[in-house]
Amino acid sequence: MRELLELLKHDARRPAKELASMLNISEYEVEEKMAKLEKDKIILSYNTLINWEKTGENTVTSIIEVNLTPQREVGFDAIAERIYRFDEVRTVYLMSGSFDLLVIIEGKSMQDVANFVATRLATIEGVTQTRSHFLLKPYKKDGIIIDDKEKDRRLVMSI
Amino acid sequence: MTNWNDRISPIVKSVPPSGIRKFFDIASEMEDVISLGVGEPDFVTPWSIRESCVYGLEQGYTSYTANRGLMELREEICFMHKRRFDLDYNPKTDVLVTVGVSEALDIAMRTILSPGDEILIPEPCYVSYKACATLAGGIPVPVPAKAENDFRITPADLEPHVSPKTKALLIGYPNNPTGAILSKEDLEAIARFAVKHDLIVISDEIYGDLTYGDTKHVCFAGLPEMQDRTILLNGFSKAYAMTGWRIGYALSNPDIIAAMTKIHQYTMLCAPITAQIAAVEALRHGEKYMRKMVSEYDKRRRLIYDGLQKAGLKCFEPKGAFYIFPDITSTGLSSEEFAEKILMQEHVALVPGNAFGECGEGFVRCSYATSIEQISEALARIEHFVNHL
Repeated sequence: MRELLELLKHDARRPAKELASMLNISEYEVEEKMAKLEKDKIILSYNTLINWEKTGENTVTSIIEVNLTPQREVGFDAIAERIYRFDEVRTVYLMSGSFDLLVIIEGKSMQDVANFVATRLATIEGVTQTRSHFLLKPYKKDGIIIDDKEKDRRLVMSI
Repeated sequence: MTNWNDRISPIVKSVPPSGIRKFFDIASEMEDVISLGVGEPDFVTPWSIRESCVYGLEQGYTSYTANRGLMELREEICFMHKRRFDLDYNPKTDVLVTVGVSEALDIAMRTILSPGDEILIPEPCYVSYKACATLAGGIPVPVPAKAENDFRITPADLEPHVSPKTKALLIGYPNNPTGAILSKEDLEAIARFAVKHDLIVISDEIYGDLTYGDTKHVCFAGLPEMQDRTILLNGFSKAYAMTGWRIGYALSNPDIIAAMTKIHQYTMLCAPITAQIAAVEALRHGEKYMRKMVSEYDKRRRLIYDGLQKAGLKCFEPKGAFYIFPDITSTGLSSEEFAEKILMQEHVALVPGNAFGECGEGFVRCSYATSIEQISEALARIEHFVNHL
């Protein structure tokens, strides 16, 4: 299973036929395993990693450190849910260290994001402080180097 | 006008040129060629290894090293053989760091062969073996391995080629070009054969880390009583994707290593310090990167093994290195015809099997050290080619 997941993580569009060859199992088994992984929510979704910069579309990503006052019984979970339900919020992690939640927000402009933080996020009850950091340039994302200059420099044939 | 060709040593003239020149020239001109003809990893050396070399340069490590190599590196080589194969080598006397296995192979031959001495060389094999033996003044005696035996060499294959002049045996498993490996039992039989005829065994284990499935590499020197008799050659090129660094080593008894060191000292002086520093890092921290590359090769291996069979080419499952050696006799073409036609028609470059010895005729070598996407596309082209002959 681990091998199948590793292969899909690298390229989710690999045909079942190819996966079957590489894993030395039948195509049917590949499909069955994938269906089960999806059902068990081990595979959550098949995403596409996009270099938005190249499309010319403006997107702004902000990483926000959020401090909270934990609530009785539910700790941070209830506030976290209030935050992650927003469509603008792409990622939420509970953190150790000097802040509690790490929230990643995507918006069309800095204004857009700032507005969201000021009016929606910072005003949630239990949120005591926010610190926003705007992302300037991605170098590597999910294990992929954005502008990878390394290429195959080998001779075309060698013995 | 002077005929310079007449001035060239007859020994050098007797060595044939590389069997892939012609294909190389054609393939180099093509735009969209997919090459399964490359005998080296498609990975770049892991960053931590490259970074250690850069750091070394910044610190000013630009000098000669001891002839035998940096003590740190020799120690790491010995630790690794202790850890992996329970072999005891002394870093002071039993190790020589060389400029790739290529240099180690050359000086091993020159160390042990006197004019007229014969060395048994199972084929198909890496192209340098015979040439190095000839250039050392010895006589290479090719021993064909049998296709029906999946190209594993046995004492029965070797025995008819033994003569009073036979001094050594050279084995290279996991094998380039076939991907064959020898099991412990196979190697034990070879070991008994070596004792029976009192032969020195040169064991080229450059692909030793690249074995797949349940099969684990068995180090020939680790077999009972073989350590002293064996000149064990290994390096970093294949397992750590470090081909261009040119760094390898030889392990043997103190007498042979001292003699090899003498040649090395007068001809090479020492291996480059930059590569030696990188090799130390590879042995200390590189294993996890190496394992990752091996697991990647394994997936490609299964893909290409499956794909070639579906294309209608018979082949045995390779268990080591990163080559597969399909039988192309069903196409009615010779190895060279197959390689040339598929290059011209489908733009797939591979190496004709006879480049690795006469018994490789009827086969071609495909390297799967290339991306899954390229392999898939190559397989589609091969299938198309075979079906439209």
